[in-house]
Amino acid sequence: MLRIIVLVVSLGIFWILMSGFFTPFLLAAGFGSALCVAWLAHRMDVIEREGHPFHLTWAAATYWPWLVGEILKSALEVARIILDPKLPASPTVVRFKPRQKTVVGLVTHANSITLTPGTLSIEVGYDQFTVHALTREGAAATAVSEMDRRVERFEGSA
Amino acid sequence: MSLVIEALSWLLIVAGSAFCVIGGIGLLRLKGFYPRTHAASVIDSAGAGLLLAGMMLQAGWTLACVKLVVIGLLIFFTSPTATHALANAALVRGLSPDPAEESAPSKS
Repeated sequence: MLRIIVLVVSLGIFWILMSGFFTPFLLAAGFGSALCVAWLAHRMDVIEREGHPFHLTWAAATYWPWLVGEILKSALEVARIILDPKLPASPTVVRFKPRQKTVVGLVTHANSITLTPGTLSIEVGYDQFTVHALTREGAAATAVSEMDRRVERFEGSA
Repeated sequence: MSLVIEALSWLLIVAGSAFCVIGGIGLLRLKGFYPRTHAASVIDSAGAGLLLAGMMLQAGWTLACVKLVVIGLLIFFTSPTATHALANAALVRGLSPDPAEESAPSKS
């Protein structure tokens, strides 16, 4: 029930922010739309821990800024490789077992790997991640990574 | 104060543009499907992100800024998903990620 209320409220706020109009008719229309969408989502049975993981909001508030820093760091690294006249790329494939247990955690980890330039998750499962990295060092850093531990903490803080 | 924000915003926009151009150069220079995907991910992670951050500073505390945040979130969630789908499709289709084999993809 709490999940549905959070969904309706966040959809309503989303409507207001996107429209920028505050006339009673449009506010009511927005609230009505939010209710309809929540009802449809409820009937589709997608408002659960996996489809609407709002319990992770605070965990995301600490994990995402760290991730942004990582993205910028590795973007600089990949940019350096691209601009280097010798093009010192050493494409490598690495396979390892992620620490995460939940689907949300695994998806967050795989998406974080792909978002970070220079590493790319190409196959994802509970037992094994297959990651393609632009350099050998990048591949080694992905297999045993701080990201793995941080995402584990991220999903565990539910 | 406004000068500082202005300068910061231009710095972010120029850096984002630079990452986009570098990503484009990488698409041309790197060889093979998977390395080229890495170049593209420089564009949609760092390039688009820095450009959006710069534009947010230009917009200030307005609804336009909120919309830029929403665009950023959309890219944040969809771009790695799309990239993964592309790479996984290539893998399933038999394009080996092993650099030694990639030069001769299996015809099927």
